[in-house]
Amino acid sequence: MDGHVNWTALSVFIFFFVLVTVLGFAASRWQRGGSDHKGAHLDEWGLGGRNFGAWITWFLVGGDFYTAYTVIAVPALVYAVGAYGFFALPYTILVYPIVFLIMPRLWKAAHREGHVTAADVVYGRYGSRTLELAVALTGVVATMPYIALQLVGMEVVIKALGLTGELPLAAAFAILALYTYSAGLRAPALIAFVKDVMIYIVVLVAVVLVPMKLGGYAAVFSAAGDAFAAKGGATGLTLKPQQMLPFATLALGSALAAFMYPHTLTGIFAAKDADTIRKNAVFLPAYTVLLGLIALLGFMAYAAGITVKNNNDVVPALFNALFPSWFSGFAFSAIAIGALVPAAVMSIGAANLFTRNIWKPYVDKEVTPAGEAKVAKIVSLVVKLGALVFILALPTKFALDLQLLGGLWILQTFPAVVFGLGKRRMSAGALLAGWATGMTLGTWLAFSDGLKPVHTLMVGDASYAVYTGLLALCVNIVVSGVVQLLVRTGRRDLEMPGVTR
Amino acid sequence: MRLLLLLPFLGLLLVPLYNFTEPTLLGIPFFYWYQLAWVPVTSLLIWIVYRHGSRRGEE
Repeated sequence: MDGHVNWTALSVFIFFFVLVTVLGFAASRWQRGGSDHKGAHLDEWGLGGRNFGAWITWFLVGGDFYTAYTVIAVPALVYAVGAYGFFALPYTILVYPIVFLIMPRLWKAAHREGHVTAADVVYGRYGSRTLELAVALTGVVATMPYIALQLVGMEVVIKALGLTGELPLAAAFAILALYTYSAGLRAPALIAFVKDVMIYIVVLVAVVLVPMKLGGYAAVFSAAGDAFAAKGGATGLTLKPQQMLPFATLALGSALAAFMYPHTLTGIFAAKDADTIRKNAVFLPAYTVLLGLIALLGFMAYAAGITVKNNNDVVPALFNALFPSWFSGFAFSAIAIGALVPAAVMSIGAANLFTRNIWKPYVDKEVTPAGEAKVAKIVSLVVKLGALVFILALPTKFALDLQLLGGLWILQTFPAVVFGLGKRRMSAGALLAGWATGMTLGTWLAFSDGLKPVHTLMVGDASYAVYTGLLALCVNIVVSGVVQLLVRTGRRDLEMPGVTR
Repeated sequence: MRLLLLLPFLGLLLVPLYNFTEPTLLGIPFFYWYQLAWVPVTSLLIWIVYRHGSRRGEE
């Protein structure tokens, strides 16, 4: 942190970075052969040939859902506010019953028709280009700032190694862009193995050794408790009464939104069968244990007497203070590689959406499967370059705000994507009306609240603070339902006088 | 069977159930270890529902 380059840590870091680069380029040959259509096809590049079994899916989705930014930001929030920052835990638990119930059906719908994206599934179900476009645009726009945040995660550890300037970040990202271009989804799937094993080692060492050095968990929590007592405000080791509803609604809303993102859905669609997804709903929570332990690092920082100017620096600062530099280097490379996996999958997910649901219907209707793969590869480069320019040119706060809005936006696609999986079908118009209302209301509320995720509702004299995204989703569903009813009664009135079809 | 999957939602969204520090476990306040304990419990519940479904031959 003091501006000196930490050579030991940097050497370890470079070693692992070179290792995954080699893996990334080698990945294009990996897991090939089982699939029916070889060669240039979007299924090959964008879904790894739809051939990933339970283990690969576990590493891929785990590596892609628990991002580098999480490793940096969750402990940073816990460090800043305490218990409230822990909402990430119920969020990443509740997501799995939802995945178990919904995603095998979505996978089947996609597999049957050869769909690559959520918007494909929506178009297949409703036959509405407008609804398809709404889902596709929401997906692309919500993913862009998310990619940018992976860069924030990398930036933090690069800084902790003592490197300055923007060149290291740009170089790391250029390498990422190139092997994603050549190997597609296989690259992050293979790198995820390395990254996840590294992260598991780092976290297990940290949660055992750090409390030993600091005098046990009781000492860790009492130091953090004292710090929050001194800090005051809405901080502490438990929630303030007014924080309970925001905590619960943030957890639920985030859990509903999590697998609507293109990057998580890409992991789902790449699975080889529905059973793979069900098994993963059972075993993916192992990563949530890891996340809970990582979150506790925010408390350990108090016991270690760490003070940082920027909360995001809390994890690297803790490692630099407590560990020998070779292990810090190992931990930092785990975090940086942890940024590459989701960034790659996100850019692939966004590229698939753009190609299938924007390029194909509006620019080149006759595009061949090989042409689709080509467009998607180029778009994945553009998306990553855009994220890099974004993060270098604009303040980080802007990326954070947009990512917050992105979560709110992607949640509004839930009815369009999920409701069509049941037997009863709503009309595309009703879903579109709900989506538009949810997007507008949610965005407007978020802006009027100064880009805070929580909106306070006044009911009589009582006030209830809830996650804005969940509030907008409720309105979205109600509007869809009402429009559906109106359309149906309207149609019945029209049909009444005449002979029924 | 699928109703079992409602349990994590009840256990985690009803925050007043666990918003306190005592009893601590290995020095970790109740608020934290209670939520962490829901991770294996949720896995187990999903596994039970999964087993039940695959025995009935769900595709």
